[in-house]
Amino acid sequence: MAAAIGIVGLLIVVPLASVFHAALANGLSGWWAALAHDPDTRHAIALSLSVAPVAVAFNVVFGVAAAWLVTRFRFPGRALLVSLFDVPLSVSPVVAGLALVLIFGRQGLLGPTLAWLDWKVIFAWPGLVIATTFVTLPLVVREIIPVMEANGSDEELAAVTLGASGWQVFTRVTLPNIRWPLLHGIVLANARALGEFGAVYVVSGHIAGATDTMPLRVEKLFQDYRTPASMAVASVLAGLALVSLVVKVLIERKLAADHRELEAARSVGETV
Amino acid sequence: MIGPYQDLHDNQKPMIALATPSISAADSLAPPTSRPRWLRRNRSPLPGFGTTAAITSLVVGTLVIVPLTVLVASAASLGPLGFAAAAWTPRARAAYGVSLGASLLAAVASTALGLIVAWVLARVPFRGRRLIDAFVDVPLALPTAVAGLVYSALYVKQGWLGAWLVPMGVHGAYSYFGIVLVLVFVSLPFTVRVVQPVIENLDRDAEEAALMLGASRRQTFLRVIVPAIAPAVVTGFAMALARSLGEYGSVVFISGNMPFKTEIAPVLIVARLEEFAYAEATAIAVVLLTLSLTLLVVINVLQHRLSRSAVGTEK
Repeated sequence: MAAAIGIVGLLIVVPLASVFHAALANGLSGWWAALAHDPDTRHAIALSLSVAPVAVAFNVVFGVAAAWLVTRFRFPGRALLVSLFDVPLSVSPVVAGLALVLIFGRQGLLGPTLAWLDWKVIFAWPGLVIATTFVTLPLVVREIIPVMEANGSDEELAAVTLGASGWQVFTRVTLPNIRWPLLHGIVLANARALGEFGAVYVVSGHIAGATDTMPLRVEKLFQDYRTPASMAVASVLAGLALVSLVVKVLIERKLAADHRELEAARSVGETV
Repeated sequence: MIGPYQDLHDNQKPMIALATPSISAADSLAPPTSRPRWLRRNRSPLPGFGTTAAITSLVVGTLVIVPLTVLVASAASLGPLGFAAAAWTPRARAAYGVSLGASLLAAVASTALGLIVAWVLARVPFRGRRLIDAFVDVPLALPTAVAGLVYSALYVKQGWLGAWLVPMGVHGAYSYFGIVLVLVFVSLPFTVRVVQPVIENLDRDAEEAALMLGASRRQTFLRVIVPAIAPAVVTGFAMALARSLGEYGSVVFISGNMPFKTEIAPVLIVARLEEFAYAEATAIAVVLLTLSLTLLVVINVLQHRLSRSAVGTEK
């Protein structure tokens, strides 16, 4: 017991506590000044808050569609497809960012076309969204697949037999069944999206006041020897991470409660 | 009943358990045909095959397949000699060495520490256990840049921990040891969460039987517990290794990034990119990608075995 508390304490709790301690070294007003009175930091916060939700939205659409596809149909290459979903988890974010630069960058595959269209992807908002979506891609889909797998398709088949349209089946039958795991995936994807560093670093060009997200701002301030300001931004990110974890724990409790109910219902069914 | 449904609500598992759908009811609906099994497409009465297949292939295609193919193709366009010259410079070799060495050390440490934490969380009831359990997931949610920043601040001479570690000669910041430290931090949730459910589901009867039959605690541990948790431990190790090899955000803060000493491969890729040396960056990226994908295959095989052995021990 002491060993586990020691390990988790030293590796996780102490660093976490020290973020808030260091961020508040100059008092609450110093913390606030570091965040609100620096236009580049303000811009970074706004940019992060505009990139993450879009990436999460892409993930939700993809996650639900992909989970429906692989749990409700059998087709050649299905197992391969499922393992492709996990690729972004093991590829280094830096490698992913580089691949995007090779496609969308000025000398990239689509570089001339994008220049002609006057669209900027790399060093701009779309690139940030694409990179963030790539990194978070597995997080929603892998939360839903096991649940849809376990639930089976009986209820949906019944709905179809009774004349429901595809959209009705999804919104009335499937969605209520997967809403908690979906929310769980959204929380995870959102936390990862807000914190992504490697892929975004490569794709963004790291331009203060333009393409710097919050984690990139943390790094820039640190490099400029403005550690208190850097810690202030870091404390906001750490706070957001803690909020995500609390929400995650609450969802898991809800899931566990649902599960107990279901088990109880099942055992009653079996004895009857 | 122990089935996929229970695993799923095991509050930690979904975060890292790989999705491995099993054959469901839809399969039995498939008409018997003479086509080989892998070519059979089941005609499910459910709608949405076309739409979901289009969305999925569009996303997986544009985000995963095309970028990685372009990466490999542009490395291939260097030719074998060009590729070797770009990917195998002394500085690049040193970076692979640091990446691999630090990741291996971190994966070993993370596996050992993760096993202890998982064991305590699964077996020892104490006040505050749920709190400790929740803290284990912090590295999954905390931005890696924040982790790197904080670790470097903690382990420098003025830091909370550095204040008494540095005089003892232990340099946790701007050192090789620092790289290993942050990699242990980022990979700890993986090693804990893969092993913990397995320990929770261990058959206590087998342990008790072994003890009753006169086995010592040590023998029981080695003969009964170790074989049962070994596949999960190995899987956790592979996951920690994969996560560590690709990590960038936290390492860049703490390593000092000294070429030949504390420069990891992803940092070198970024350095080359910033010098517009795309060929070299791409070649190094392909080496790293090959390593990661190989590990992914290994993890998939291990997971498959793990889920099979879990089925095997079901009552």
